[in-house]
Amino acid sequence: MKILVAIKQVPAHDSRLFIEPTGEWIEENDLGYEVNEPDAYALEAALQLREQHGGEVIVMCAGPARVSSTIREALAKGADRALHIEEDDLRHWDNLSVAQLLAKAAQTEQPDLVLTGLQSDDLGFGQTGVIMAELMGLPHATLAMSVEVVDGRLRVKCELEGGWFQYVSMPLPALVTIQSGILRLRYATLMGIKRAKTKEVRKITPAELGAAGEPGITLRRIYAPHSLKQTQMLAGSVQEQAAQLVEKLKHEVRVI
Amino acid sequence: MSGILVVTEQTAGVWNRMSFETLAAGQQLARTLGKSASAVVFGSETGPLAAELAGYQLERVIALEHELLGSYTADAATGALSWLIAKLEPDVVLFPHTYRVRDFAPCIAARAGHALVSDVTGFHVESGVLVLERLLFQGKLNADYTSSVLGTVFASVQASAFRADTLEPGTAAVESLTPPLVAASIRQQPEPPFRESARAVDLTAAELIVAVGRGIHEEGNIALVAELAEALGAELAASRPICDSGWLPMERQVGSSGQLVSPKLYLAVGISGAIQHLVGMKGSRTIVAINKDASAPIFEVADYGIVGDLFDFVPALIEQVRKAKNG
Ligand SMILES: Cc1cc2nc3c(=O)[nH]c(=O)nc-3n(C[C@H](O)[C@H](O)[C@H](O)COP(=O)(O)OP(=O)(O)OC[C@H]3O[C@@H](n4cnc5c(N)ncnc54)[C@H](O)[C@@H]3O)c2cc1C
Ligand SMILES: Nc1ncnc2c1ncn2[C@@H]1O[C@H](COP(=O)(O)O)[C@@H](O)[C@H]1O
Repeated sequence: MKILVAIKQVPAHDSRLFIEPTGEWIEENDLGYEVNEPDAYALEAALQLREQHGGEVIVMCAGPARVSSTIREALAKGADRALHIEEDDLRHWDNLSVAQLLAKAAQTEQPDLVLTGLQSDDLGFGQTGVIMAELMGLPHATLAMSVEVVDGRLRVKCELEGGWFQYVSMPLPALVTIQSGILRLRYATLMGIKRAKTKEVRKITPAELGAAGEPGITLRRIYAPHSLKQTQMLAGSVQEQAAQLVEKLKHEVRVI
Repeated sequence: MSGILVVTEQTAGVWNRMSFETLAAGQQLARTLGKSASAVVFGSETGPLAAELAGYQLERVIALEHELLGSYTADAATGALSWLIAKLEPDVVLFPHTYRVRDFAPCIAARAGHALVSDVTGFHVESGVLVLERLLFQGKLNADYTSSVLGTVFASVQASAFRADTLEPGTAAVESLTPPLVAASIRQQPEPPFRESARAVDLTAAELIVAVGRGIHEEGNIALVAELAEALGAELAASRPICDSGWLPMERQVGSSGQLVSPKLYLAVGISGAIQHLVGMKGSRTIVAINKDASAPIFEVADYGIVGDLFDFVPALIEQVRKAKNG
């Protein structure tokens, strides 16, 4: 089975974010980056499917030169090869055009299964995989908790709201968006890291794919959220903060 | 049709309550734009639900019925609603941002050649242009989006961003339509929904909840927060990653895929406040948050906030709670 996994590089989880003076985007200079969390689970699911059924795992990432570190990490964990779609200015592409770009790149591989994360930690559209499925003419399932191949068909355990689940099956080729936390992630081994250096990373540009970022929706400005409540921040030493909170819990909230 | 089309959601005749929040958003948008709002309910038997919608201030209610819409599939929902939208050509289509909408709405927008603005928290009009607001970086920042192409705007509305109790009553005409669906075009085969296990812990009944998040770093540290819960006489709850890691059982998870709680006190320890967590606890009477990051979105819903290291603060709090209780 040929499995293609779309992985995105995003600012590290605990980054402090500063808004550019223009208000258009965040300051990127001092940011650390990591793989988008659900995408790490999509890769793990792909590697486990390969262990069960054989085949090949290819990772695909669109972004500037810095995304090579994320690609290398995926190769070190066991992906067979990678596709780097080189584009410096993805932030001026909307979610539809990014999905078009990824779909075109995916089609050059003719995979049996495409996996994506269910949502990106930075833009949080929760859409890219689903749009790709539509554009590639593939059946899809979202919010997957597990993916198995049974008699040549895909059977996916999907999460519903409020603690409910449902199995959905469909023919291959197909696309599935993967939920975080569904498997135990593997670490890259020293051997894996060494091997990654020899693995193929195919570079391709949007122009070569015949894709362009014409934004249908435009990000106009970003800003700090306004508080929904009057939050009272408790100041002082740790002891003083704890004492103030106990006062509040006793006399205002009345739970002590 | 010019105006706003609100897509509602139901399963076997039972509403997803976010439908009403989205209807409220639709009415509000209609007033802002000086247009009218209509609603569609889709399924195999929608009569009573459509009749219920007809009691709100809407231009019309569409009952989009087909036997193939009986149990939800992405292909049938996309086919049916794409057909309706092509026929009506509304200015704006609004969806509730439910798990199911995540599954099909992006297909509908893409099929129409448009980008869907998902998880919208609000909107306003700026020099005649509709601006849609949404969150970035898991709630750390806000963003304004505009649509720069002509044609229908597609948007989905975040849970609890609009209030269903602002809905205006009225009377609307109901129209039944049958989309041209064929069984062969539906590729997904759904099995009946199920629950993993019975819930032994009912957090919804708890008066006091202490909830722990990934700020706790290690499984062994959970004991510290459990001790705080015990000192307060509170139930222990958690964010999703804690339950995913098996550090606490799933039945203690609060949020859109866990339990929805509204205790007298919700004390969030090392939880960032992603929207999927917030929808589960926003209704609590008093919210206290301890987090080392002053920009964590949990502080946006907190009544009392402590910016600091939980490993310093929690032991101090335990000690003082015990003192207050014994003294
Ligand atoms: C479809 C879907 C459904 C979901 N359902 C749920 C759900 O039901 N419930 C849920 O909770 N989540 C759910 N999530 C996940 C959600 O988006 C977040 O990823 C999750 O809530 C984050 O958990 P957290 O706050 O514990 O972890 P993080 O976001 O990693 O936050 C950890 C916090 O701890 C703070 N911290 C770190 N160290 C310290 C310290 N020493 N002292 C003090 N603070 C510290 C950090 O500043 C950070 O704010 C869902 C996601 C999706 C996409
Ligand atoms: N630039 C990108 N490169 C590779 N994959 C991406 C990219 N952008 C989005 N994706 C994939 O699409 C998923 C959903 O992203 P989003 O629709 O932005 O929430 C992510 O989890 C990734 O798997």
